[in-house]
Amino acid sequence: MKKIIQPAALTRRDLIASAVGTVGGAIVAGLPTALSGQSALSARPSDPVHALMHLGGTTSPLGARSAFEAPTRAPFGETTGSSYTPLQDLAGNITPSDLHFERHHAGIPSLDPARHTLTIHGLVDQPLSFTVDDLKRFPQVVRQYFVECSGNGRGAFRDPKPELTAQKVAGLLSTSEWTGVPLATLLREAGVQPAAKWFLAEGGDACLLTRSVPIEKAWDDAIVVWAQNGEPLRPAQGYPMRLLLPGWEGNINVKWLRRIELGTQPWMTRWETSKYTDPLPNNTARRFSFELDAKSIITSPSAPDTIPTPGWRAVHGLAWSGRGRIARIEVSTDGGTSWTNAELLGESQPKSTVRFQYMWEWKGNEATLLSRATDEAGFVQPTRSALIAERGLGTDYHFNQVVGWKIERSGKVLFHGET
Amino acid sequence: MRYTFMRRVRRGGTVATLCATTFALTGCGRTGTESNLSQTALDASMRFADYDGGTVPGGPGAGQGYAIGSTATAEAIATLNTDIGPGGAELPSGSGTVATGRAVYAAKCALCHGANGEGMAPAFPRLSGRDPNAEGFKFASDPKLPHTIGNYWSHATTLFDYIRRAMPHATPGSLTNDEVYALTAHLLAVDDVIPDDATLDATALRAVKMPYADRFVPDDRRPTAKK
Repeated sequence: MKKIIQPAALTRRDLIASAVGTVGGAIVAGLPTALSGQSALSARPSDPVHALMHLGGTTSPLGARSAFEAPTRAPFGETTGSSYTPLQDLAGNITPSDLHFERHHAGIPSLDPARHTLTIHGLVDQPLSFTVDDLKRFPQVVRQYFVECSGNGRGAFRDPKPELTAQKVAGLLSTSEWTGVPLATLLREAGVQPAAKWFLAEGGDACLLTRSVPIEKAWDDAIVVWAQNGEPLRPAQGYPMRLLLPGWEGNINVKWLRRIELGTQPWMTRWETSKYTDPLPNNTARRFSFELDAKSIITSPSAPDTIPTPGWRAVHGLAWSGRGRIARIEVSTDGGTSWTNAELLGESQPKSTVRFQYMWEWKGNEATLLSRATDEAGFVQPTRSALIAERGLGTDYHFNQVVGWKIERSGKVLFHGET
Repeated sequence: MRYTFMRRVRRGGTVATLCATTFALTGCGRTGTESNLSQTALDASMRFADYDGGTVPGGPGAGQGYAIGSTATAEAIATLNTDIGPGGAELPSGSGTVATGRAVYAAKCALCHGANGEGMAPAFPRLSGRDPNAEGFKFASDPKLPHTIGNYWSHATTLFDYIRRAMPHATPGSLTNDEVYALTAHLLAVDDVIPDDATLDATALRAVKMPYADRFVPDDRRPTAKK
């Protein structure tokens, strides 16, 4: 017979799951008194030895993370806000949907899929409207792509403070498996006229966000997506449908998509004049700079970690490019004096993230870890100083400078952004 | 619902080439595929220019449509379609003076954007001002130089389009066309783009040239890898 462990024998930490146990206790109220009366149901031990001696939790309709894991996004602002993905807490490539970064300009609408439609009109033979149910009748494609805000990394570029975290430096980046219908399929149904060179995509949020897109992107890889990581889109990601333009700056992946108009020229919306243009040192600004450049960041170790003891550890992180696959990822442990190829974990997918790793033995001395990505189009991540020389400190978007982490003798990890 | 499926698909010049080079591997353009492996290759790399009614097994065949969706009527489209392009052809009737715009701004905009368009960082951007240090489009040199309507925006039509669709932030779409014309006039006058006694209507707004419209250039980023 198993010995009943008295709650008094357990430490406070051992009982961390007691809140879950209380819920479980309510659910198992129908069990025989001999079982439901056990103290374990209201104070479930969490240390492995004692857990063997107590009944575990019950089945549930909706899963929850372990009580020991609590990753959270970092929100800034409210109805014109953004919320940063905790890159330091992630493994692999896929960002759990509830941790996907948010960026919106007029709040997150709550749209009824039974009443929301996408209308395609303008230079087409037959203007059409589609509900989500309509979209689901078309052949679907399933592809893994990242989405990144083109302002991601602005703070680390302008003011690379040592206390910055991976979440703050690059957390406006997330990767999902997306399901949807190629925009090309919808355009074929409507019959695009030869004069159409651009289309306008409009969101159904309170600012009716609009962006102009060259039509060639539709014939390449644009998707109208309705699902993300195995379930319908989250509201903050555009429920019930959004435009996905792989590899292009986040803002143009119009969420809550309600209208696509085919035309002959760009519309010059607020988001392609006042915003999302890149000032250059020759007193001009790039417009329609859609692709996100090759980029990477080490996410472990990262600030505010402290490496507890010298010894071997896997240094790992994420690399991505809006121009295709990551061809090469290099790691430096000496602040950029020497570089060594790291391992790509799995096959690099076009316009998706790929996790990389490099085995490193920390010997207790000061070190600076950096990563540098090269994509298959031949773009190499520049240093911050090279990016400043090319675009100026006041440039506004597309920050893909090499960044990393300084390890102090104490093991404390600090952001290293002045590359 | 019924509609006639029209075959009028614009295909890029590179499509046929790409299709030919990947045909052996992917079965590009055919109904069905040789194996599940080739379908995987097709999904990962195929341009959607090639992804037509003949691509997916069981489909209606190359060049054929699925007849899914509902006809969008002209009335329904007119309700949705409010955008104003850079030529201003879509601008509605109505008009507004700078003086009227000043009053509308004070009542409906100043709460977030400030009495003088100075904004409230970071949520509500600065709108106005012609800081002499920021003239000449020198924004790359100093992140503190304020981007404003007068010293940065390329088209005056954008102002009308954005105010009408997105402002005021908490009650978007609530302004009349006359109010939008008036606000556009006020914001352009504050930044010395048009005179203080101006009245804007469709014709007058189409004629407005922004001071730095010629500073926007196409994307010219190039590969940097050493050969």
